[in-house]
Amino acid sequence: MKLNEEKIIGMYENMLKIRKFEEKARDLFAEGKIPGFVHLYLGEEAVATGACANLNEDDYITSTHRGHGHIVSKGGDLNLMMAEIFGKETGYCKGKGGSMHIADAEKGILGANGIVGAGHNIAAGAGLSIKYRKTDQVVICFFGDASTNQSTFHEALNLSSIWDLPVVFVCENNGYGISLSQKLHQAIDDISDRAVAYNIPGVTVDGNDVFAVYEAVNEAVKRARQKQGPTLIECKTYRHRGHFEGDPTVYRTDEELNEWLEKDPIPRMEAYLLENELLDQGQIDGYYKEIDGLIEAAVEFAENSKDPDLESAVRDVYSDIIEGVR
Amino acid sequence: MRTMTYGEGIREGMRIKMLEDDSVLIFGEDVGQFGGCFGVTAGMFEEFSGDRVKDTPISEGVIIGAAVGAAATGLKPIAELMFIDFLTVGMDQLVNQAAKMRYMFGGKISLPMVVRLPGGAGVRAAAQHSQSLESWLTSVPGLKVVYPSNAHDAAGMMLTAINDDNPVMYLEHKAIYGVEGEVPDTIEPIPFGKAKVKREGTDVTILTYGKQVYDSLAAAEKLSAKGIDVEVIDLRSLYPLDLDAIEKSLIKTNKVVLVTEETKRGSYIGEIAATIAENFFYELDAPILRVGSLDTPIPFSPVLEDYVVTSEEDIVNAVKKLF
Repeated sequence: MKLNEEKIIGMYENMLKIRKFEEKARDLFAEGKIPGFVHLYLGEEAVATGACANLNEDDYITSTHRGHGHIVSKGGDLNLMMAEIFGKETGYCKGKGGSMHIADAEKGILGANGIVGAGHNIAAGAGLSIKYRKTDQVVICFFGDASTNQSTFHEALNLSSIWDLPVVFVCENNGYGISLSQKLHQAIDDISDRAVAYNIPGVTVDGNDVFAVYEAVNEAVKRARQKQGPTLIECKTYRHRGHFEGDPTVYRTDEELNEWLEKDPIPRMEAYLLENELLDQGQIDGYYKEIDGLIEAAVEFAENSKDPDLESAVRDVYSDIIEGVR
Repeated sequence: MRTMTYGEGIREGMRIKMLEDDSVLIFGEDVGQFGGCFGVTAGMFEEFSGDRVKDTPISEGVIIGAAVGAAATGLKPIAELMFIDFLTVGMDQLVNQAAKMRYMFGGKISLPMVVRLPGGAGVRAAAQHSQSLESWLTSVPGLKVVYPSNAHDAAGMMLTAINDDNPVMYLEHKAIYGVEGEVPDTIEPIPFGKAKVKREGTDVTILTYGKQVYDSLAAAEKLSAKGIDVEVIDLRSLYPLDLDAIEKSLIKTNKVVLVTEETKRGSYIGEIAATIAENFFYELDAPILRVGSLDTPIPFSPVLEDYVVTSEEDIVNAVKKLF
């Protein structure tokens, strides 16, 4: 597939944005500036980037607990994201959601999700809505390998298949469900094999190759827009960090991590850009500088924002009922 | 005025909204050509087409989850679970998703969805098809919970439920689908949080809802013969709850008996009892009493089921204790 230069560079920029955002989140967490816990997308940047590069603003995504990369790729605002991760009133969710619950309805981001597998059924519902409203929108449902053992995976793929819903199921197979390796949590190597059970196309691609992801999702999005139903795409990738920051990762070896660091999608993309003379080193350095600046500005925005007003705790439970305060 | 059954009232509420708003659709198990397990959606498939009255696979998780996704993206779905007992299968989608999305996302996503939940005992359906589970729902911030008892309320509260921007749990008692009632020619939305005095009385207040409204009214007649003048209030809306109506009645009667079909232990009326104790204790001149089913699963044997489930006799006996 021939992609234009602008598209390719746009994807690179997006991957770098995720990388830098997540590295900053990692450092801030280590410094104790971020409450709770964070699940970082480091190493998986090519999946969200390649997938969302096929979407329009009015298309939808559902995300996961490891959602920062999806939000960035669907056009999420870095300031609002960072402020939310800090728990500030200026954050995407006014400080009520945090890292695991960022959503932006206007950009079609139907929410990151703290329950493994919960996005599948919500994506099917959004697909139903699109079909019912007769628009040509699509939904991308992001999920991890471990979530394919949840009942929701089966329910959503089955429903999407029988109703030809415009949903692209993008599995980020990073090899682990928390501490349990794929070999220990399911008896198959390729999750795309499960597509057979729903009589839908299933493909497995190198999830660290942004072009491979883009192309597979492009095909699936086309099918979906042409009312031909859902597709299951498995992107094999790896998370560079543990399940959460602070995870001692005793369940995997340094050799395995190093093998995957060799396949890091970002240097790989940079090598491609240099080799094909799309960017020179100076321009790449320029992107680093520019994105570092955006991330610093987001941190500054978050740090300078106020904590939520205590009375806001009882708002937004309902559209029209405000409970009493303490 | 016209007469229709409770089940027809539910259907009429859905029909009215579906005729005026294309974004309303129904889905669930066997709701289409089959007309619903209890016949509530009978004729709607033919009237509105299979696109708007959709049969789903037996997948309660995705029935509720798809309602969440559809509601978040511009539709007003009515999801039917065939029996409230099957809610266990879809509970994550309801409690962790539907109830919390508005809040977690800072008020930026609305979920105008209705989940129809037929519950209750009395049809010899045993332990997994007979439960009353309203307290599972009333304890979850983010859900509204209503339980109409008659055709008019069923229709009017369905209009309000569909108009609501929040997830509304619309509970139905399966043993009273055939009970007829008067319904006005023009059905207006009945606001949530408004109880209804079904029988005025001066000696004691019975607070109840659903099928137990009928049992309580029958009990009140028996008690009347013994000189006890009972006021019966149909709460109709469990959350929001009409505390004003409760207060007004207690000021008059100074005694209260709460009646539910839930197992007494952990039932929602316990929460109401606590709220009364906190707020209206000085209006009372007797202990707050609760009448509920025995703390067991619902047994199959008709004699056992009738023994376990809240009955008119239980209500009569409870009220007598106060006099």
